[in-house]
Amino acid sequence: MSKRVVVFDYGFGNVRSAERALAHAGADVEITADFDEAMNAHGLLVPGVGAFAACMRGLTEARGDWIIGRRLSGGRPVMGICVGMQVLFSRGVEHGVETAGCDEWPGTVEPLHAPVVPHMGWNTVKAPQDSALFAGLDAEARYYFVHSYAVRTWELEPAEHLRAPQVTWSHHGEPFVAAVENGPLWATQFHPEKSGEAGARLLRNWLETL
Amino acid sequence: MSLAVRVIPCLDVDNGRVVKGVNFQNLRDAGDPVEMAKVYDAEGADELVFLDITASSGDRETTYDVVRRTAEQVFIPLTVGGGVRTAGDVDKLLRAGADKVGVNTAAIARPELVREIAERFGRQVLVLSVDARRCPEGTSTPSGFEVTTHGGRRGTGIDAVEWAARAAGLGAGEILLNSMDADGTKDGYDTEMIAAVRKEVAVPVIASGGAGGLGDFAPAVASGADAVLAASVFHFGDLRISQVKDALRQAGHPVR
Repeated sequence: MSKRVVVFDYGFGNVRSAERALAHAGADVEITADFDEAMNAHGLLVPGVGAFAACMRGLTEARGDWIIGRRLSGGRPVMGICVGMQVLFSRGVEHGVETAGCDEWPGTVEPLHAPVVPHMGWNTVKAPQDSALFAGLDAEARYYFVHSYAVRTWELEPAEHLRAPQVTWSHHGEPFVAAVENGPLWATQFHPEKSGEAGARLLRNWLETL
Repeated sequence: MSLAVRVIPCLDVDNGRVVKGVNFQNLRDAGDPVEMAKVYDAEGADELVFLDITASSGDRETTYDVVRRTAEQVFIPLTVGGGVRTAGDVDKLLRAGADKVGVNTAAIARPELVREIAERFGRQVLVLSVDARRCPEGTSTPSGFEVTTHGGRRGTGIDAVEWAARAAGLGAGEILLNSMDADGTKDGYDTEMIAAVRKEVAVPVIASGGAGGLGDFAPAVASGADAVLAASVFHFGDLRISQVKDALRQAGHPVR
Protein backbone atom coordinates (compact mmCIF):
# COMPACT_ATOMS: atom_id res chain seq x y z
CA MET A 1 0.00 0.00 0.00
CA SER A 2 1.42 3.37 -0.89
CA LYS A 3 1.93 5.87 1.87
CA ARG A 4 -0.25 8.95 2.09
CA VAL A 5 1.76 12.15 2.25
CA VAL A 6 0.46 15.68 2.60
CA VAL A 7 2.57 18.43 1.10
CA PHE A 8 1.65 21.33 3.36
CA ASP A 9 0.32 24.17 1.23
CA TYR A 10 0.80 27.42 3.10
CA GLY A 11 1.78 29.57 0.11
CA PHE A 12 5.57 29.35 0.43
CA GLY A 13 7.13 26.53 -1.45
CA ASN A 14 7.22 24.80 -4.75
CA VAL A 15 4.49 22.39 -3.69
CA ARG A 16 4.08 21.01 -7.22
CA SER A 17 7.74 19.94 -7.44
CA ALA A 18 7.51 18.21 -4.09
CA GLU A 19 4.26 16.52 -5.12
CA ARG A 20 5.67 15.24 -8.42
CA ALA A 21 8.87 13.92 -6.85
CA LEU A 22 7.03 12.18 -3.99
CA ALA A 23 4.54 10.64 -6.42
CA HIS A 24 7.48 9.51 -8.56
CA ALA A 25 8.98 7.93 -5.43
CA GLY A 26 5.75 5.98 -4.90
CA ALA A 27 3.67 8.05 -2.47
CA ASP A 28 0.00 8.93 -2.63
CA VAL A 29 0.32 12.72 -2.40
CA GLU A 30 -2.09 15.50 -1.58
CA ILE A 31 -1.34 19.22 -1.57
CA THR A 32 -3.41 20.84 1.15
CA ALA A 33 -3.39 22.90 4.34
CA ASP A 34 -6.47 21.12 5.72
CA PHE A 35 -5.98 20.36 9.42
CA ASP A 36 -7.43 16.84 9.45
CA GLU A 37 -5.67 15.79 6.26
CA ALA A 38 -2.36 17.17 7.52
CA MET A 39 -2.80 15.49 10.91
CA ASN A 40 -3.88 12.10 9.57
CA ALA A 41 -1.46 11.57 6.66
CA HIS A 42 1.32 9.02 7.16
CA GLY A 43 3.82 11.77 6.47
CA LEU A 44 3.71 15.57 6.41
CA LEU A 45 6.15 17.35 4.13
CA VAL A 46 6.77 21.04 4.78
CA PRO A 47 8.39 22.80 1.81
CA GLY A 48 9.55 26.41 1.90
CA VAL A 49 11.28 29.00 -0.25
CA GLY A 50 12.07 32.67 0.12
CA ALA A 51 12.44 34.56 3.34
CA PHE A 52 12.37 32.98 6.82
CA ALA A 53 10.09 35.68 8.24
CA ALA A 54 7.57 35.42 5.40
CA CYS A 55 7.53 31.61 5.55
CA MET A 56 7.09 31.58 9.30
CA ARG A 57 4.23 34.06 9.04
CA GLY A 58 2.55 31.94 6.36
CA LEU A 59 3.09 28.77 8.36
CA THR A 60 1.62 30.30 11.51
CA GLU A 61 -1.40 31.69 9.65
CA ALA A 62 -2.09 28.19 8.31
CA ARG A 63 -1.57 26.79 11.86
CA GLY A 64 1.33 24.79 10.44
CA ASP A 65 3.54 25.28 13.50
CA TRP A 66 0.81 23.84 15.68
CA ILE A 67 0.14 20.93 13.30
CA ILE A 68 3.86 20.09 13.24
CA GLY A 69 3.99 20.15 17.05
CA ARG A 70 0.88 18.00 17.40
CA ARG A 71 2.14 15.43 14.91
CA LEU A 72 5.52 15.21 16.62
CA SER A 73 3.92 14.73 20.06
CA GLY A 74 2.19 11.70 18.58
CA GLY A 75 5.38 10.45 16.92
CA ARG A 76 3.98 11.10 13.44
CA PRO A 77 6.64 11.81 10.78
CA VAL A 78 7.30 15.33 9.51
CA MET A 79 9.89 16.36 6.96
CA GLY A 80 11.01 19.94 6.28
CA ILE A 81 12.74 21.04 3.09
CA CYS A 82 14.92 24.15 2.60
CA VAL A 83 13.22 27.04 4.43
CA GLY A 84 10.79 24.35 5.62
CA MET A 85 13.79 22.98 7.55
CA GLN A 86 15.02 26.38 8.68
CA VAL A 87 11.72 27.34 10.34
CA LEU A 88 12.00 24.26 12.58
CA PHE A 89 14.82 25.99 14.48
CA SER A 90 14.42 28.55 17.25
CA ARG A 91 15.03 31.64 15.21
CA GLY A 92 16.07 33.16 11.90
CA VAL A 93 18.08 36.34 11.47
CA GLU A 94 17.65 38.25 8.21
CA HIS A 95 19.06 41.75 7.64
CA GLY A 96 19.70 41.94 11.39
CA VAL A 97 16.06 41.26 12.25
CA GLU A 98 15.30 38.19 14.35
CA THR A 99 12.17 36.10 13.75
CA ALA A 100 11.00 33.29 16.02
CA GLY A 101 10.76 29.86 14.41
CA CYS A 102 8.91 26.68 15.44
CA ASP A 103 11.59 25.99 18.05
CA GLU A 104 11.60 22.21 17.56
CA TRP A 105 15.40 22.44 17.67
CA PRO A 106 17.54 25.10 19.35
CA GLY A 107 19.63 27.04 16.89
CA THR A 108 19.80 30.08 14.67
CA VAL A 109 19.42 30.41 10.92
CA GLU A 110 21.99 32.99 9.84
CA PRO A 111 23.58 34.34 6.65
CA LEU A 112 26.02 31.88 5.13
CA HIS A 113 29.54 33.30 4.86
CA ALA A 114 31.01 32.39 1.48
CA PRO A 115 32.54 34.26 -1.44
CA VAL A 116 29.59 33.43 -3.69
CA VAL A 117 26.07 33.45 -2.23
CA PRO A 118 23.41 32.07 -2.74
CA HIS A 119 24.93 28.62 -2.34
CA MET A 120 23.39 27.39 -5.56
CA GLY A 121 24.03 24.01 -7.11
CA TRP A 122 25.07 20.45 -6.40
CA ASN A 123 27.12 19.71 -3.32
CA THR A 124 28.18 16.64 -1.37
CA VAL A 125 27.32 16.00 2.29
CA LYS A 126 28.83 14.17 5.23
CA ALA A 127 26.15 11.92 6.71
CA PRO A 128 26.50 9.76 9.83
CA GLN A 129 27.28 6.11 9.01
CA ASP A 130 23.98 4.77 10.27
CA SER A 131 21.82 7.48 8.72
CA ALA A 132 18.50 6.09 7.49
CA LEU A 133 17.84 9.14 5.32
CA PHE A 134 21.06 8.63 3.33
CA ALA A 135 20.93 4.81 3.30
CA GLY A 136 22.23 3.44 0.01
CA LEU A 137 23.67 6.78 -1.08
CA ASP A 138 27.44 7.00 -1.36
CA ALA A 139 29.65 9.84 -0.19
CA GLU A 140 30.08 11.09 -3.75
CA ALA A 141 26.34 11.68 -4.21
CA ARG A 142 25.40 15.31 -4.75
CA TYR A 143 22.24 17.19 -3.81
CA TYR A 144 20.78 20.44 -5.10
CA PHE A 145 21.07 23.41 -2.74
CA VAL A 146 19.69 26.94 -3.14
CA HIS A 147 20.01 29.10 -0.05
CA SER A 148 21.73 32.15 1.42
CA TYR A 149 21.03 31.33 5.07
CA ALA A 150 21.95 28.26 7.09
CA VAL A 151 22.32 26.74 10.54
CA ARG A 152 26.03 26.97 11.23
CA THR A 153 26.02 25.53 14.76
CA TRP A 154 24.11 22.49 15.99
CA GLU A 155 23.07 23.43 19.52
CA LEU A 156 20.97 20.56 20.80
CA GLU A 157 22.70 19.01 23.81
CA PRO A 158 22.75 15.21 23.88
CA ALA A 159 20.40 13.76 26.51
CA GLU A 160 21.13 10.51 28.30
CA HIS A 161 17.77 8.83 27.84
CA LEU A 162 17.24 9.91 24.20
CA ARG A 163 18.78 8.73 20.99
CA ALA A 164 21.07 11.44 19.69
CA PRO A 165 19.81 13.15 16.51
CA GLN A 166 21.78 12.41 13.36
CA VAL A 167 23.15 15.57 11.86
CA THR A 168 24.48 15.71 8.31
CA TRP A 169 26.81 18.52 7.31
CA SER A 170 27.81 20.21 4.10
CA HIS A 171 30.28 22.99 3.35
CA HIS A 172 30.12 26.20 1.35
CA GLY A 173 32.56 28.79 2.62
CA GLU A 174 31.95 27.23 6.05
CA PRO A 175 30.27 24.12 7.47
CA PHE A 176 26.50 24.17 7.85
CA VAL A 177 23.73 21.71 8.70
CA ALA A 178 22.56 19.94 5.52
CA ALA A 179 20.10 17.49 7.09
CA VAL A 180 18.77 16.30 10.43
CA GLU A 181 17.11 13.03 11.50
CA ASN A 182 15.61 13.32 14.95
CA GLY A 183 12.95 10.73 15.79
CA PRO A 184 9.89 11.51 13.66
CA LEU A 185 11.29 14.90 12.57
CA TRP A 186 13.58 14.91 9.53
CA ALA A 187 14.72 17.81 7.42
CA THR A 188 17.03 18.75 4.58
CA GLN A 189 18.50 22.12 3.65
CA PHE A 190 18.83 20.93 0.04
CA HIS A 191 15.99 20.05 -2.33
CA PRO A 192 15.59 16.27 -2.67
CA GLU A 193 12.74 16.87 -5.10
CA LYS A 194 15.23 18.55 -7.46
CA SER A 195 18.19 16.28 -6.77
CA GLY A 196 17.64 13.74 -9.55
CA GLU A 197 18.19 10.07 -8.72
CA ALA A 198 19.93 10.75 -5.40
CA GLY A 199 16.99 12.86 -4.27
CA ALA A 200 14.50 10.21 -5.36
CA ARG A 201 16.36 7.56 -3.33
CA LEU A 202 16.34 9.83 -0.31
CA LEU A 203 12.59 10.45 -0.58
CA ARG A 204 12.01 6.69 -0.88
CA ASN A 205 14.10 6.23 2.28
CA TRP A 206 11.78 8.62 4.09
CA LEU A 207 8.62 6.98 2.67
CA GLU A 208 9.85 3.60 3.91
CA THR A 209 9.85 4.86 7.50
CA LEU A 210 6.24 6.08 7.37
CA MET B 1 33.35 19.07 -0.05
CA SER B 2 32.87 21.69 -2.68
CA LEU B 3 30.15 22.87 -4.96
CA ALA B 4 30.17 21.26 -8.42
CA VAL B 5 30.48 23.35 -11.55
CA ARG B 6 27.10 23.14 -13.21
CA VAL B 7 26.82 22.15 -16.85
CA ILE B 8 23.60 23.55 -18.28
CA PRO B 9 22.10 22.90 -21.69
CA CYS B 10 19.93 25.76 -22.92
CA LEU B 11 16.95 24.98 -25.11
CA ASP B 12 15.64 27.83 -27.20
CA VAL B 13 11.95 27.10 -27.53
CA ASP B 14 9.82 28.49 -30.33
CA ASN B 15 6.16 27.49 -30.32
CA GLY B 16 6.85 24.35 -28.32
CA ARG B 17 9.87 23.21 -30.34
CA VAL B 18 13.59 23.52 -29.64
CA VAL B 19 15.54 25.72 -32.02
CA LYS B 20 19.00 27.25 -32.07
CA GLY B 21 20.86 29.07 -34.76
CA VAL B 22 24.08 30.98 -35.15
CA ASN B 23 23.69 34.36 -33.46
CA PHE B 24 19.98 33.72 -33.05
CA GLN B 25 19.38 33.81 -36.79
CA ASN B 26 18.91 30.95 -39.30
CA LEU B 27 16.99 28.95 -36.72
CA ARG B 28 17.13 25.18 -37.05
CA ASP B 29 14.71 22.74 -35.45
CA ALA B 30 16.44 20.46 -32.97
CA GLY B 31 13.55 18.62 -31.38
CA ASP B 32 10.88 18.33 -28.75
CA PRO B 33 11.82 20.16 -25.53
CA VAL B 34 10.34 17.57 -23.18
CA GLU B 35 12.14 14.69 -24.86
CA MET B 36 15.37 16.66 -24.99
CA ALA B 37 15.04 17.58 -21.32
CA LYS B 38 14.73 13.88 -20.44
CA VAL B 39 17.78 13.01 -22.53
CA TYR B 40 19.86 15.76 -20.93
CA ASP B 41 18.71 14.75 -17.46
CA ALA B 42 19.76 11.15 -18.17
CA GLU B 43 23.10 12.38 -19.52
CA GLY B 44 23.85 14.25 -16.32
CA ALA B 45 22.80 17.84 -16.99
CA ASP B 46 22.82 19.75 -13.68
CA GLU B 47 20.04 22.13 -14.66
CA LEU B 48 18.04 23.04 -17.73
CA VAL B 49 17.27 26.43 -19.20
CA PHE B 50 14.34 27.03 -21.53
CA LEU B 51 14.48 30.30 -23.39
CA ASP B 52 11.11 31.07 -24.94
CA ILE B 53 12.07 33.09 -28.00
CA THR B 54 8.54 33.65 -29.18
CA ALA B 55 7.31 34.77 -25.80
CA SER B 56 6.92 38.46 -26.53
CA SER B 57 4.94 37.98 -29.69
CA GLY B 58 2.28 35.44 -28.98
CA ASP B 59 0.27 33.16 -26.85
CA ARG B 60 2.28 31.69 -23.98
CA GLU B 61 0.04 28.75 -23.18
CA THR B 62 2.27 26.52 -25.32
CA THR B 63 5.21 27.47 -23.13
CA TYR B 64 3.36 26.79 -19.88
CA ASP B 65 2.34 23.41 -21.26
CA VAL B 66 5.94 22.55 -22.22
CA VAL B 67 7.15 23.64 -18.76
CA ARG B 68 4.41 21.63 -17.06
CA ARG B 69 5.15 18.47 -19.03
CA THR B 70 8.89 18.84 -18.49
CA ALA B 71 8.56 19.36 -14.73
CA GLU B 72 6.45 16.22 -14.47
CA GLN B 73 9.24 14.08 -15.87
CA VAL B 74 12.52 15.76 -15.00
CA PHE B 75 13.71 16.16 -11.41
CA ILE B 76 16.47 18.70 -11.80
CA PRO B 77 16.13 22.51 -11.64
CA LEU B 78 14.45 24.19 -14.57
CA THR B 79 14.91 27.87 -15.44
CA VAL B 80 12.54 29.49 -17.91
CA GLY B 81 13.15 32.86 -19.51
CA GLY B 82 12.00 34.92 -22.45
CA GLY B 83 9.40 37.66 -22.45
CA VAL B 84 9.04 37.85 -18.68
CA ARG B 85 7.74 41.36 -17.98
CA THR B 86 5.90 41.28 -14.65
CA ALA B 87 5.82 39.49 -11.31
CA GLY B 88 2.58 37.95 -12.62
CA ASP B 89 4.50 36.29 -15.47
CA VAL B 90 6.93 34.88 -12.91
CA ASP B 91 4.05 33.53 -10.85
CA LYS B 92 2.58 31.71 -13.87
CA LEU B 93 5.90 30.10 -14.79
CA LEU B 94 6.59 29.00 -11.22
CA ARG B 95 3.10 27.52 -10.98
CA ALA B 96 3.66 25.66 -14.26
CA GLY B 97 6.73 24.05 -12.69
CA ALA B 98 9.71 26.33 -13.31
CA ASP B 99 12.14 26.58 -10.39
CA LYS B 100 13.76 29.79 -11.56
CA VAL B 101 12.79 32.49 -14.01
CA GLY B 102 15.07 34.42 -16.32
CA VAL B 103 14.48 38.14 -16.71
CA ASN B 104 16.23 40.26 -19.30
CA THR B 105 14.87 43.23 -21.29
CA ALA B 106 12.04 44.14 -18.95
CA ALA B 107 14.52 44.63 -16.10
CA ILE B 108 16.67 46.94 -18.24
CA ALA B 109 13.62 49.07 -18.93
CA ARG B 110 12.54 48.97 -15.28
CA PRO B 111 15.16 47.75 -12.78
CA GLU B 112 12.62 47.85 -9.93
CA LEU B 113 11.12 44.70 -11.46
CA VAL B 114 14.12 42.80 -10.07
CA ARG B 115 13.32 43.94 -6.55
CA GLU B 116 9.61 43.23 -6.94
CA ILE B 117 10.23 39.65 -8.06
CA ALA B 118 12.86 39.01 -5.38
CA GLU B 119 10.62 40.36 -2.62
CA ARG B 120 7.62 38.33 -3.69
CA PHE B 121 9.25 35.00 -4.58
CA GLY B 122 12.73 35.14 -3.05
CA ARG B 123 15.95 35.98 -4.84
CA GLN B 124 16.67 32.31 -5.54
CA VAL B 125 14.03 32.27 -8.31
CA LEU B 126 15.48 35.21 -10.20
CA VAL B 127 18.13 34.72 -12.87
CA LEU B 128 19.12 38.00 -14.47
CA SER B 129 20.02 37.38 -18.08
CA VAL B 130 22.52 39.87 -19.49
CA ASP B 131 23.17 39.94 -23.24
CA ALA B 132 26.47 41.81 -23.36
CA ARG B 133 29.09 42.69 -25.94
CA ARG B 134 32.36 44.53 -26.20
CA CYS B 135 31.65 48.18 -26.95
CA PRO B 136 31.78 48.79 -30.71
CA GLU B 137 34.27 51.33 -32.01
CA GLY B 138 33.29 54.86 -31.20
CA THR B 139 31.38 53.93 -28.03
CA SER B 140 32.54 53.11 -24.53
CA THR B 141 31.53 52.14 -21.02
CA PRO B 142 33.75 52.01 -17.92
CA SER B 143 34.22 48.23 -18.21
CA GLY B 144 34.36 48.15 -22.00
CA PHE B 145 31.28 45.90 -22.10
CA GLU B 146 27.75 47.05 -22.82
CA VAL B 147 24.29 45.59 -22.40
CA THR B 148 22.42 44.87 -25.63
CA THR B 149 18.81 44.13 -26.48
CA HIS B 150 17.04 42.54 -29.45
CA GLY B 151 19.30 39.50 -29.57
CA GLY B 152 22.45 41.59 -29.50
CA ARG B 153 21.50 43.84 -32.36
CA ARG B 154 20.96 46.98 -30.30
CA GLY B 155 23.38 48.55 -27.89
CA THR B 156 22.02 50.33 -24.83
CA GLY B 157 25.13 52.17 -23.69
CA ILE B 158 24.62 50.60 -20.23
CA ASP B 159 27.79 49.18 -18.67
CA ALA B 160 27.29 45.41 -18.50
CA VAL B 161 29.39 44.91 -15.36
CA GLU B 162 27.70 47.77 -13.51
CA TRP B 163 24.29 46.45 -14.53
CA ALA B 164 25.06 42.95 -13.27
CA ALA B 165 26.29 44.34 -9.95
CA ARG B 166 23.29 46.63 -9.60
CA ALA B 167 20.84 43.84 -10.37
CA ALA B 168 22.51 41.55 -7.83
CA GLY B 169 22.07 44.35 -5.29
CA LEU B 170 18.39 44.67 -6.22
CA GLY B 171 17.81 40.97 -5.65
CA ALA B 172 18.94 38.90 -8.63
CA GLY B 173 20.02 35.50 -7.30
CA GLU B 174 22.21 34.67 -10.24
CA ILE B 175 23.61 36.28 -13.41
CA LEU B 176 23.37 34.52 -16.77
CA LEU B 177 26.09 36.29 -18.72
CA ASN B 178 25.70 35.82 -22.45
CA SER B 179 28.42 37.16 -24.73
CA MET B 180 26.72 38.30 -27.92
CA ASP B 181 30.12 38.55 -29.64
CA ALA B 182 30.94 34.93 -28.86
CA ASP B 183 27.43 33.51 -29.24
CA GLY B 184 27.25 31.05 -32.11
CA THR B 185 30.94 31.39 -33.02
CA LYS B 186 32.12 28.22 -31.20
CA ASP B 187 35.37 30.09 -30.53
CA GLY B 188 35.10 29.85 -26.75
CA TYR B 189 33.55 31.91 -23.97
CA ASP B 190 34.49 35.55 -23.50
CA THR B 191 36.68 34.92 -20.44
CA GLU B 192 37.59 38.59 -20.00
CA MET B 193 33.93 39.48 -19.71
CA ILE B 194 33.35 36.68 -17.20
CA ALA B 195 36.32 37.83 -15.09
CA ALA B 196 35.13 41.44 -15.18
CA VAL B 197 31.66 40.51 -13.91
CA ARG B 198 32.99 37.99 -11.36
CA LYS B 199 35.15 40.71 -9.82
CA GLU B 200 32.12 42.91 -9.05
CA VAL B 201 29.36 40.37 -8.39
CA ALA B 202 29.04 37.95 -5.43
CA VAL B 203 26.10 35.93 -6.76
CA PRO B 204 26.65 32.92 -9.04
CA VAL B 205 27.61 33.65 -12.65
CA ILE B 206 26.59 31.37 -15.52
CA ALA B 207 28.84 31.71 -18.58
CA SER B 208 27.04 31.59 -21.91
CA GLY B 209 27.94 32.06 -25.56
CA GLY B 210 30.78 30.64 -27.58
CA ALA B 211 31.18 27.05 -26.41
CA GLY B 212 32.58 25.00 -29.28
CA GLY B 213 35.13 22.47 -28.06
CA LEU B 214 35.89 20.53 -24.90
CA GLY B 215 38.72 22.91 -24.10
CA ASP B 216 36.40 25.91 -23.86
CA PHE B 217 34.76 25.12 -20.52
CA ALA B 218 37.59 25.07 -17.98
CA PRO B 219 38.85 28.57 -18.94
CA ALA B 220 35.36 29.97 -18.28
CA VAL B 221 35.40 28.41 -14.81
CA ALA B 222 38.95 29.58 -14.18
CA SER B 223 37.76 33.10 -15.03
CA GLY B 224 35.11 32.89 -12.33
CA ALA B 225 32.05 31.19 -13.80
CA ASP B 226 30.07 28.97 -11.40
CA ALA B 227 28.24 27.29 -14.26
CA VAL B 228 28.68 26.85 -18.00
CA LEU B 229 25.79 26.98 -20.43
CA ALA B 230 25.70 25.83 -24.02
CA ALA B 231 23.09 25.03 -26.62
CA SER B 232 23.92 24.00 -30.16
CA VAL B 233 27.01 21.94 -29.32
CA PHE B 234 24.75 19.74 -27.23
CA HIS B 235 21.68 19.74 -29.47
CA PHE B 236 23.56 18.70 -32.58
CA GLY B 237 25.61 16.11 -30.77
CA ASP B 238 28.99 17.80 -31.21
CA LEU B 239 29.63 17.39 -27.48
CA ARG B 240 28.09 15.22 -24.79
CA ILE B 241 27.42 16.50 -21.26
CA SER B 242 29.60 13.71 -19.85
CA GLN B 243 32.54 14.73 -22.06
CA VAL B 244 32.28 18.31 -20.84
CA LYS B 245 32.25 17.08 -17.24
CA ASP B 246 35.28 14.85 -17.87
CA ALA B 247 37.13 17.81 -19.35
CA LEU B 248 36.27 19.97 -16.33
CA ARG B 249 37.25 17.21 -13.92
CA GLN B 250 40.60 16.77 -15.65
CA ALA B 251 41.18 20.51 -15.28
CA GLY B 252 40.65 20.12 -11.53
CA HIS B 253 37.10 21.45 -11.23
CA PRO B 254 34.55 19.46 -9.21
CA VAL B 255 31.57 18.14 -11.17
CA ARG B 256 28.58 15.99 -10.31
